[in-house]
Amino acid sequence: MTIINYDQRLVKSKNPYPKGPNDWKRFFSFNTDAKVIGIQYIVTALFFLLLGGLLGMLVRGELITPPSDLFDPTVYNGLYTMHGTVMLFLFLFPMLSGLTNLLVPPMIGAPDMAFPKLNALAFWLVPVFSIILLLSFFVPGGPASSGWWSYPPISIQNPLGKMINGEMLWITAISLSGISSIMGAVNFVTTIIRMRAPGMGFFKMPIFIWTVLAAQLLQLLGLPALTGGAIMLFFDLTFGTSFFRIEGGGDPVLFQHFFWFYSHPAVYVMVLPVFGIFSELFPVYARKPLFGYKFVAVASFGITILSLVVWVHHMFYTGTPMWMRNLFMFTTMLIAVPTGVKVFAWIATLWGGNLRLSTPMLFCLGGLFNFIFGGITGVMLATVPVDIHVGNTYFVVAHFHYIIFNTIAFGIFAGIYHWFPKFTGRMFYEGLGKVHFALTFVGATLNWLPLHWAGLLGMPRRVASYDPEFAIWNVIASIGAFILGVASIPFILNMVSSWVRGKSAPPNPWKAIGLEWLLPSPPPHENFEDDIPTVLNEPYCYGLDKPFVQDEQFYIEKSFKKH
Amino acid sequence: MLSENKNTTINHVPGHVKHDGHNMTGFIIFLCSESIIFFAFFVGYGILKVTAPVWYPEGIDGIAVKEPLINTIILVSSSFVIYFAEKSLHKKNLWGFRGIWFITMLMGSYFVYGQYIEWSELSFSLQSGVFGGMFYLLTGFHGLHVITGILLMGLMLYRSFLPNNYKGGEMGVESVSLFWHFVDVIWIILFVLIYLWQ
Repeated sequence: MTIINYDQRLVKSKNPYPKGPNDWKRFFSFNTDAKVIGIQYIVTALFFLLLGGLLGMLVRGELITPPSDLFDPTVYNGLYTMHGTVMLFLFLFPMLSGLTNLLVPPMIGAPDMAFPKLNALAFWLVPVFSIILLLSFFVPGGPASSGWWSYPPISIQNPLGKMINGEMLWITAISLSGISSIMGAVNFVTTIIRMRAPGMGFFKMPIFIWTVLAAQLLQLLGLPALTGGAIMLFFDLTFGTSFFRIEGGGDPVLFQHFFWFYSHPAVYVMVLPVFGIFSELFPVYARKPLFGYKFVAVASFGITILSLVVWVHHMFYTGTPMWMRNLFMFTTMLIAVPTGVKVFAWIATLWGGNLRLSTPMLFCLGGLFNFIFGGITGVMLATVPVDIHVGNTYFVVAHFHYIIFNTIAFGIFAGIYHWFPKFTGRMFYEGLGKVHFALTFVGATLNWLPLHWAGLLGMPRRVASYDPEFAIWNVIASIGAFILGVASIPFILNMVSSWVRGKSAPPNPWKAIGLEWLLPSPPPHENFEDDIPTVLNEPYCYGLDKPFVQDEQFYIEKSFKKH
Repeated sequence: MLSENKNTTINHVPGHVKHDGHNMTGFIIFLCSESIIFFAFFVGYGILKVTAPVWYPEGIDGIAVKEPLINTIILVSSSFVIYFAEKSLHKKNLWGFRGIWFITMLMGSYFVYGQYIEWSELSFSLQSGVFGGMFYLLTGFHGLHVITGILLMGLMLYRSFLPNNYKGGEMGVESVSLFWHFVDVIWIILFVLIYLWQ
């Protein structure tokens, strides 16, 4: 047995974190406990999921008929811009930060994040930039209307000539969101590198931790490029510089490079933790070890590295030279290799397993199914001739939503259900969960599957009116969108009622392996407190005679004691 | 083996830890990230310089190098000076540290002053084409970092007067010193790009 030689500075200090109030009020205070911050993030994000969903349904409401009749086309432009922005920056990023905050410290056996105050600060920036973004609905000229990518020259037109306009507020909000994400990323990476339990080498970390590390490194390397581009865009808009203005000698395509250098990896920042959730959940609900643990772990970093050199595939039709198109087509297709490794590993994990089809598993299976579909359309889009044909049509919209909602949001729901008993101490209602899954799966499929056809036939995106020949696909899609809206009702009902009066949860309701499952539900303030376990194996040895931690029995008994 | 330590938890490690070591790791990670913003600006500068149809604003065919060079020499040598300040702190020579640290602050302030003089004597503005925008953006963004560095140094100098403050770790001083080296390296790249590559 190895004795871990701990740094001399790791001495016990008295009351390292000030404890906040212990009732519901702690969720409304500047609390530095990662578990409180995690729930703050998740609840905030779910609120914005509803708002973003409402905006999305308004967009689909407009598109249910070919002419532009529900809204003025200008209003429509603002609606889809804000729908995209709210969903990405106010729902997905905060949601994943929340799950990461909840899961990382218990999973690696740390008492809290490395920088608790920075963590709280990063969270409290979310309401600040959310309010700034939403205020833009009330300024003259309305909110930003140039799409979530905000390409110049449209984004720097500023037709009313006002200093404070929707676009300016948009850039400010996005930059603040970037600052918040960088604070989070510094925190997560430091925590994972320095605060793992003794014995937890890199190749004994849960896959979720691997994917978070890969995603947050990507955040650190990519996000500043967008910040740089956003600063220059802000100067062009507000101070009359001409970085991206053709008439002043600037280059609008340069902004696209800045934007996509981050915003393509951003998709991986979001999807990697979801891959982590898949890798955590499949072994639990199939009762089998994760197939090819080391390959799945390393593949996360393969994705990180490759995703930094693929961004031009978003610009195949914006006048990129041929050599660039070929190069980026090649690198983009290479990404299918590490992703494929993961998909095969999950399928091999499921193969012959003793599947338990509870709500989290259903969301995982649905997400995996959709991801394979969205991945195939992704490879189609990476092909230059196909992309030039369908670029800026609904095919891209359909592919994008298959990844961003049908995979990422599915994975997020799976994660929420799976860890709900752990962090609230209550079981959720399985029946309502299954209703939620069924409505979500049907709604999402009806919403985005038909749009592939509309896109292949040439229906352009971001236009309020369209040719009547596309009407049938749009009617089905809109019905799907409204079903998705209805799907939020059983979810909210389930979460609220289970948390208030659900059955109290045992420490390990799913018989899962993992440090977080050796803790009481909900875990105490500093997780393992003074008894951090020594990890012996990776947490996927289902059915194998390999102990997970030293003295496992001690921790299991302890986890049943009330704190 | 398990039976051996059934009654003891001696292998279990205390959960409450001090964060000194984390701070440095976190700060280095942050600096790597921060350097990407500059990197983005540098790449933007390079691309625009190569491709822009008109680079310098009308009536200007270059930019003076002499005064900025003096400024550069001051800033680069301050990076060596700050190293000696750190060293005297390690040797527990507190007054030596304060003195040399203050000299670094003065050198940094001279740099900002020099930058101010240069800006006020230039005949083009932020709105003068791509070069004007790029010039003020890069030097201004870097200048903000220099000013931040000087303020942080002031904070560290103040903290050196708190009793027993630098007995244990000098994490703050080490971080600020690292930040100063970072600002310095960025300036060297910036100097090469703007002043030497004309």
